[in-house]
Amino acid sequence: MTQTGTPVDAPPSAEGGAAPKRAAPDDRRQKWRSRRYRWDAKFSPYAFISPFFLFFGAFGLFPLLYTAWASLHRVELTAPTDMEWAGLHNYTRLLEDDFFWNSLWVTFTLAVLSTVPQLLMAMGLAHLLNYKMRAASLFRVAMLAPYATSVAAATLVFAMLYGRDYGMINWFFGLFGVDEIDWKSGSWTSKLAISTIVIWRWTGYNTLIYLAAMQAVPQDLYESASLDGASRWKQFRYVTIPSLRPTILFTVVVSTIGSVQLFGEPLLFEEGAGASGGADHQFQTLGLYLYEQGWRNLHLGRAAAIAWVMFLILVVIGIVFGLISRRLRKS
Amino acid sequence: MRSYRTTRRAVGLLAAAVLGTGLLSACASDDDDGGSDTDSGDGGGGKTTITMGLFGTFGFKEAGLYKEYEKLNPDIKIKEDVIERNENYYPALLNHLTSNSGLADVQAVEVANIAEVVDTQADRFMDLGKVEGVSEDAFLDWKWQQATADDGKTIGLGTDVGPMAICYRKDHFEEAGLPTDREEVAKLWEGDWEKFLDAGRDFKENGPEGVAWVDSADAVYDGAIASSEGKYYNEDGDVIYKESPDVAAAWDIAAAAAEEKLTGNLQQFTKQWDQAMSNGDFATISCPAWMLGYIQEKGGSKSEGKWDVARSPMPGNWGGSFLGVPESGDNKDEAAKLVAWLTAPEQQAKLFAERGNFPSAPPAYDMDAVKTATNPYFGDAPIGELFSASAQEIPVQTIGPKDQIIDQNIGNGLQLIEQGKEDPDGAWDEAVNAADNALDQ
Repeated sequence: MTQTGTPVDAPPSAEGGAAPKRAAPDDRRQKWRSRRYRWDAKFSPYAFISPFFLFFGAFGLFPLLYTAWASLHRVELTAPTDMEWAGLHNYTRLLEDDFFWNSLWVTFTLAVLSTVPQLLMAMGLAHLLNYKMRAASLFRVAMLAPYATSVAAATLVFAMLYGRDYGMINWFFGLFGVDEIDWKSGSWTSKLAISTIVIWRWTGYNTLIYLAAMQAVPQDLYESASLDGASRWKQFRYVTIPSLRPTILFTVVVSTIGSVQLFGEPLLFEEGAGASGGADHQFQTLGLYLYEQGWRNLHLGRAAAIAWVMFLILVVIGIVFGLISRRLRKS
Repeated sequence: MRSYRTTRRAVGLLAAAVLGTGLLSACASDDDDGGSDTDSGDGGGGKTTITMGLFGTFGFKEAGLYKEYEKLNPDIKIKEDVIERNENYYPALLNHLTSNSGLADVQAVEVANIAEVVDTQADRFMDLGKVEGVSEDAFLDWKWQQATADDGKTIGLGTDVGPMAICYRKDHFEEAGLPTDREEVAKLWEGDWEKFLDAGRDFKENGPEGVAWVDSADAVYDGAIASSEGKYYNEDGDVIYKESPDVAAAWDIAAAAAEEKLTGNLQQFTKQWDQAMSNGDFATISCPAWMLGYIQEKGGSKSEGKWDVARSPMPGNWGGSFLGVPESGDNKDEAAKLVAWLTAPEQQAKLFAERGNFPSAPPAYDMDAVKTATNPYFGDAPIGELFSASAQEIPVQTIGPKDQIIDQNIGNGLQLIEQGKEDPDGAWDEAVNAADNALDQ
């Protein structure tokens, strides 16, 4: 860039025969040039990566800090600039807020119900896809199709399937004489139903991640294992799984973060319920409760406090997983 | 082999075609004002474009009112921007108002939110009471007052109101041995919601299997509370829903309906409800004027001639909207003129004739388009006469800023009874808990 010399500077021979009085400005220019060069080398990289940080500052950091500031105030959506200092009230009240604890519980159960089967199934599917077979790439692409579907579209379809009176799932169960199940109003049935949506959408994604990791496992490990007489299952159990440990940890972290933020599925699962998560708040996740407080009840301060609690929960989860992975690396 | 190939190609083509049409129709619904082809903004030869921010279906466009106005005022072009559900529209509107950006030239406000908008956003709207051609006398008094602040500034003009009736299925009534003539049906429950439940008990006993008396307890509650004078606030603006005898009475009626399983345990405006409606799974439903169009749309030809509509136990109002003009708009004077025109009795009468939204302007009730209106889908019921009578007897209700939130939580409570999770007392406690939590800032 700037260091490409100009023609004036080009002939170095000129220096030798130059008059002594010209030496000073020449020297200065030389200095200036080298300083510019140094600055360039030093600061250009920052300039190049600055767009990210500018955007992050404007759309990531600033909202985060502003949310923290708002959470210490009483603010309503009807007048977001009228902030009344409330101290930690918005946080302390959460301790006695039954609806908050309920949503925390719902979020936790949904996380377990969706993450565990999802990762187990992904592992199994990845193992199967790892075999030599025909049309392997077709299967791999098919795995990813649900992931490419929009949350809204998938949820609306599932909501129809889980309909009480005319849903296909109840019709199917009806063939075996099972009574109509009111999926959406039941506490556990609604959670099961929502977790199937999450499982359906994310299993393929995790499968591909596992598959990629499996293909990186050196083939000779399997060969020597089979020479030792290890069965397929034993190979999977003692060769594949240990080699996949960091990948497993990664997928667990990602799906845990995803489940703490679970929002679209429970919001759209029952259209009439809005952000309440059902008459009994039976599927109101933290995200939904935040949304209800902020955008239905218009209490921005309370919503901001919930948002920060969610953020802190994620930080804690991050630290825990960080510690676990350090342990794993050591062992 | 060859045929296999051709089928495969055919399937591929079909898929492409389906996807293609999907894309095309998606584009079309985005912008399909066929007629004029001037470009956006105020290009096209100095035309002024007025944008309308609406929710749901107001039906102005469908009834041809924009076209008519554009013909009368060749310099004006009208565009609308619609969000389907008010629950999503309203927070966005507040956001736009308070940040003073992204507003349309005209913004609609639902009756459930009008008190809050009047309370908190009045200075961001124009005083439409002072616009030329707008007369207070042309509107139902209570409708006018709802959008008027204490200092006399009127920030919104009423579009429609929702005078109540009861829609019922003649075929189910006949099977249950109940009268089917709308006069006799109205007599069944005249003057008392309790009588409406009695008819329901009778229906449950003798009516067809698997058909509920009424769609939902929440709708019974909405009907009952609409016909009472008190609601959730007193005159001073305090929240009194817990002590209000009117709320208690409406709750008791609805809770009884839920507990005795007279309801279909459905939630309004969900797929399940739509399906139940088209399959005739309930015999009656609270029917504000705008509901007729909804029933017709969901019922389709399958239910044609099976529905009829009768007076409700007591007259009341459910729903209806306002149009306001934000102060900061570039075309606010033109926008105000448009709103004045759209809400004038003549246009409201046209809208009723086309779409069934009932006018909030009494002079329209004497116009032929309203007075003699009948609805063929509902057995040629004289809906003009029926709803005019109801509209003029609607009690003047005190509304408050958080009506919608309280209403939703009470509705949730009633669902708990329908779903068998709580008895009426427990459900009331749950509803109060949730509503108080929602109200607390």
